[in-house]
Amino acid sequence: MMAATRLAVNKTYKLYVGGSFPRSESGRSYEVTDDKGRFVANAARGSRKDVRDAVVAARKAQAGWAGATAYNRGQVLYRVAEIMEGRRAQFAAEVAAAEGISDKKAAANVDAAIDRWVWYAGWSDKFQAVAGTTNPVAGPYFDISTPEPTGVVAAIAPQDSSLLGLIAVLAPIVVSGNTVILVTSQTRPLPAITLAEALATSDVPGGVINILTGHTDELSPVLAAHLDVNAIDLTGYAGTDTTELTVAAADNVKRILPAPATEPAFLTPPPGPRRILAFCETKTVWHPKGR
Amino acid sequence: MTSPATDHSVPDLITPSWEYAPAPEARELATIRSHYGLFIGGEFVDPAEGGGFATISPSTEEHLAEVALATASDVDRAVAAARKAFGSWSKLAGAERGKYLFRIARLLQERAREFAVLETLDNGKPIRETRDVDVPTAAAHFFYHAGWADKLDWAGLGASPQPLGVAGQVIPWNFPLLMLAWKIAPALATGNTVVLKPAETTPLSALLFAEVCQQADLPAGVVNIVTGAGETGAAITGHPDVDKVAFTGSTAVGKSIARQIAGTDKRLTLELGGKAANIVFDDAPIEQAIEGIVDGIFFNQGHVCCAGSRLLVQENVHDLVVDKLKARLATLRLGDPLDKNTDIGAINSAEQLERITALVAAGETEGERWSPSCELPDAGFWFAPTLFTGVSQSSRIASEEIFGPVLSVLSFRTPDEAVAKANNTPYGLSAGVWTEKGSRILWMADQLKAGVVWANTFNRFDPTSPFGGYKESGFGREGGIQGLAAYLAAPDMEA
Repeated sequence: MMAATRLAVNKTYKLYVGGSFPRSESGRSYEVTDDKGRFVANAARGSRKDVRDAVVAARKAQAGWAGATAYNRGQVLYRVAEIMEGRRAQFAAEVAAAEGISDKKAAANVDAAIDRWVWYAGWSDKFQAVAGTTNPVAGPYFDISTPEPTGVVAAIAPQDSSLLGLIAVLAPIVVSGNTVILVTSQTRPLPAITLAEALATSDVPGGVINILTGHTDELSPVLAAHLDVNAIDLTGYAGTDTTELTVAAADNVKRILPAPATEPAFLTPPPGPRRILAFCETKTVWHPKGR
Repeated sequence: MTSPATDHSVPDLITPSWEYAPAPEARELATIRSHYGLFIGGEFVDPAEGGGFATISPSTEEHLAEVALATASDVDRAVAAARKAFGSWSKLAGAERGKYLFRIARLLQERAREFAVLETLDNGKPIRETRDVDVPTAAAHFFYHAGWADKLDWAGLGASPQPLGVAGQVIPWNFPLLMLAWKIAPALATGNTVVLKPAETTPLSALLFAEVCQQADLPAGVVNIVTGAGETGAAITGHPDVDKVAFTGSTAVGKSIARQIAGTDKRLTLELGGKAANIVFDDAPIEQAIEGIVDGIFFNQGHVCCAGSRLLVQENVHDLVVDKLKARLATLRLGDPLDKNTDIGAINSAEQLERITALVAAGETEGERWSPSCELPDAGFWFAPTLFTGVSQSSRIASEEIFGPVLSVLSFRTPDEAVAKANNTPYGLSAGVWTEKGSRILWMADQLKAGVVWANTFNRFDPTSPFGGYKESGFGREGGIQGLAAYLAAPDMEA
């Protein structure tokens, strides 16, 4: 009995910019291997121009995303978790291949990543109440302070934790109304592009989340120096010197979430909306009171 | 068309125009020493290299005192004193730390008039402002933060949040004592110790504050005041044993500090420049708006980072607002800052006057310049209140921070256009909105990319209300519960 062996239809992994899946404008790609060094796929090697296109897309999407109601943003992000849930097996297989961990561990990792989306989705209409204040000023004024998204944020995703770590960095940036240009793990980029497929089929507006694969050290300096990026998350540079990036970021006074000494495990959410607030501005509004 | 302010063809027989009698505040309320040392480790000491510089009164150019010039070795000594003091200060019970701050607040209130006179002499701003704003608000900052010292578990940063260590603080000359209070009060309340450099043109109130620290019996080394210019500041911000840098000043210097400390573990907060839009809609309470516009740009001679230096007026009330504004500006009194009736004092320095003069000269080709007729004193540094109409967004006077009594007037037709113009700047410190329509105020407040939005008011400050910028106006907040985060260790982002 001869079952005809079926040749698999391999996926072309591309960038995710402005809600579409373009190849790198540079036409370049690079080889992605599994933990044993076997070829898995070619990923797009993003360029300086891809970064600029992604920033344009992110800026264009920012006002609309920040202008959506917090309830709406919460539902949209929850919807991402729903879509991911339906693809658990695919994510687990990719994470296992990328990170060289057991299937069981990879599955737990994916579950934690989905749960992290749900956790952050729930914060969408609550962090303002936790961090906002009414200020008892010494005069007849109504005075309130509230955290608002800072604008367009660049994020360097963790190098090791290809999906959970990436989502732990990404979700808190977008939940407040920021838009993001995310640079994936250089050697483990594929789960991120599958995540982009989940994003594209959820209700996240195009341009809100832009995902670039490629060489981290080639893409990060462009983002750090870009004058239309308001903040940068350097978590992906855990344990690495980021002096040059920090110097470049000073050109337009970017907010910086510094690289940790070592890459965190990301297994449990942080105790509170800290990552959300790292990419928010406090706005204070005054108005006189009177009869 | 002539404006009412300049139309003298018909004599005004209704409004009386009386001369003001001089009403000078007593200058001798402030005692100025001939020489000042550096305040390090609880006492005044001579600088290692013995250098010094003069501080003068900008309204008369009179020499006030010789102040020590701190060099790197003096900064070393000050940081070492702050480091030594940090051990016991940070371990002191919060309630006790707080009582020191309460003492300081009370001492500032007791010596308020002395501080006001000294500040007016050294800075050039009117006594009305130092007496009613600078000094009382400085005392309020200490009183407010004193109460936080034993309540930091409720600061929103987890239980027992820890201080950072030695804070290096560099402040500007526009509100010398008030900026000192904004920096020192939260640093001390949270258990940090301080090395602070006042601006080189306005060191005297900080040095008088050092005496207040002595009167309060503040432990030696908790507050250190070193005087000098940019090099001294750079020695502080770049010092390897400084854990936290807080800077208020120009965006250019803020960026250079951010570059200087890149790659270190130093924590940084920056309060930088601004080019605030003050937006007047056609349904605004016009008379109140006029007062707010004047207060927004001519308060403190416009030496205010959050000054409302771009007036955006809805097109259909543009001429009305400009006419009323000119009439109001004609009543402002410029002159002796110690006179209680003075509205506009002296420009802080010859250098600043030169900068304002150059930008205004550039503005003459970009818009129509107007100033009320006003006599400028012969000695000192003075600039008449100045208005530019017909200015476009690309004009230098509409885009660069002038930091002087110069207002650029632009117009708009729709709320969307007002927002687009207001946000069309790399800065984002403050904004003003004038309209009687509540829903429009709230919508505008949402849209404006500015850290502080004043609606139907302008230039209000309070220790309970966080202040700070978006974009290139800096990051971090001063005041309120939000301001405490700048001086406490950040909790880990991940468990």
